[in-house]
Amino acid sequence: MELYTAMRQFADSWGLVYLVVVFVGMVLFLLRPGAKKAADDAAQIPLKED
Amino acid sequence: MKYAFETIAVGIGAFLALLGVAFAKDDQFQAHMWVLFIVLLAGTVLLLRRLNFSPVTAQTADDKSGYFDEVVRYGIIATTIWGIVGFLVGVIVAFQLAYPDLNIEPWFNFGRTRPLHTSAVVFAFGGNALIATSLYVVQRTSRARLFGGDLAWFVFWGYQLFIVMAATGYLLGITQSREYAEPEWYVDIWLTLVWVAYLVVFMGTIVRRKEPHIYVANWFYLAFIITIAMLHIVNNLAVPVSFLGSKSYSLFSGVQDALTQWWYGHNAVGFFLTAGFLGMMYYFIPKQANRPVYSYRLSIIHFWSLIFLYIWAGPHHLHYTALPDWAQTLGMVFSIMLWMPSWGGMINGLMTLSGAWDKIRTDPIIRMMVIAVAFYGMSTFEGPMMSIKAVNSLSHYTDWTIGHVHSGALGWVGMITFGAVYYLVPKLWNRPRLYSMRLVNWHFWLATLGIVVYAAVLWVAGIQQGLMWREYDDQGFLVFSFAESVAAMFPYYLLRAIGGLMYLAGGIIMGWNVLMTILGHERDEVPIPGSEPVLQPAE
Repeated sequence: MELYTAMRQFADSWGLVYLVVVFVGMVLFLLRPGAKKAADDAAQIPLKED
Repeated sequence: MKYAFETIAVGIGAFLALLGVAFAKDDQFQAHMWVLFIVLLAGTVLLLRRLNFSPVTAQTADDKSGYFDEVVRYGIIATTIWGIVGFLVGVIVAFQLAYPDLNIEPWFNFGRTRPLHTSAVVFAFGGNALIATSLYVVQRTSRARLFGGDLAWFVFWGYQLFIVMAATGYLLGITQSREYAEPEWYVDIWLTLVWVAYLVVFMGTIVRRKEPHIYVANWFYLAFIITIAMLHIVNNLAVPVSFLGSKSYSLFSGVQDALTQWWYGHNAVGFFLTAGFLGMMYYFIPKQANRPVYSYRLSIIHFWSLIFLYIWAGPHHLHYTALPDWAQTLGMVFSIMLWMPSWGGMINGLMTLSGAWDKIRTDPIIRMMVIAVAFYGMSTFEGPMMSIKAVNSLSHYTDWTIGHVHSGALGWVGMITFGAVYYLVPKLWNRPRLYSMRLVNWHFWLATLGIVVYAAVLWVAGIQQGLMWREYDDQGFLVFSFAESVAAMFPYYLLRAIGGLMYLAGGIIMGWNVLMTILGHERDEVPIPGSEPVLQPAE
């Protein structure tokens, strides 16, 4: 198979699936129990000191 | 001996530049090497005067315990100066468009001053602002001193050398004709070295942080540094004609070359002018408002959505060209999808003020930051709309595009930077307050009105231009010649220059305010109403 065709096919199949799964996984990870507490703590970092 | 290595290195650099002059293959390269030689010679002399010959033991040890802020101070001064220079060149360019007689051949032709303007505002003003604030923010949010010691100085001075070489190169007529990437191969290689050093300093500081979590502003800054490195290297893959000549040829050809250029160009907007400045937003708005960001989780979604989507949006610059249709549609679809995370980020920035909305009335610095975020929202709505093919068929190649870029650049990038500079200057120089809050207010209104004039005028100009170009009579002939559409632009070009002049005036006021604050003056003035607590009489 031509290199262009092979890369093109990989990009719009497994490549696409990989990126979507990582992205959705990131969003789900943010919605896990306890994430709100961790996020609120992180939001305070700039205000801790000058 | 302090600075011995640096002095020798710069001196050798000056000598090599002189060799470049002697053996140059073309006149432009020779002139450019003269510039480099003079700059490096001046640098050598300055460094020699700072040499310290006392034995190591007798030297006063520098304080290595606190934060490394001296380089940030230099960066803020550079930001202010380059900003004024960049705005000034912008005004000159605008008048050159209105009055073509102002094109002074050969060095000050529009074709040479235009990249001088874009590079001065984007890379000199914006780049210095990003480097300075990122080095400030990463230390505070990591609670660690900058990694690499004097490497940060190399980043700062190396970057200024890049700016000087790029700017003088344009005026000499040296260009590889890639938009926002005009410098030729040898200047590109230099920027790569500086950028790698910058990455090392920033990454190293994060690695040795004492704060367990990496604050979201640092994610944005890091994405900016890494992505710009990638874009810069790929877009500038070129073969020089000679190692002592100014000309090179791109490794790509035809439409591949065009797509590489706009993959670079649009992501320079996405990662230089957006991600980097969002890092600024996520630190300086919470600091100035003294409240945490509205939703930290939204900021993380904002970050990853931008990262996943932006990189695909470049093809919208090549609608109706030789680029395959599917690639154009892909660019358009991803541009429209970008609207959502952009507005999520805008809402996040604005809502950080919820419960403290009165600060918009009483604190001109907050007002500056809020208008910046509002312009971020406006231009990230306008951009996706213009990327729709049907809209683009009207807007492409017209001044509407220039108006859009400026509402993002003057409104978002400029205003958030001004806010950060006003926040940082009293902090960095240990002053109780700015020289004058009233002047900040003047700057705010001059800049805001300047942008409104600029953007509104170019909407009208661009749409008129687009409509004139596509006007056919009932026999299928074009109604207007191209020259007629150019002549019709005169009043708009004049008004646009006036908008730019107002923005420049605001910048000069900032320069004065920053200078007086650094010198330790405080202007005797009536405070902004409501900015100080009203004392209640005792009962």
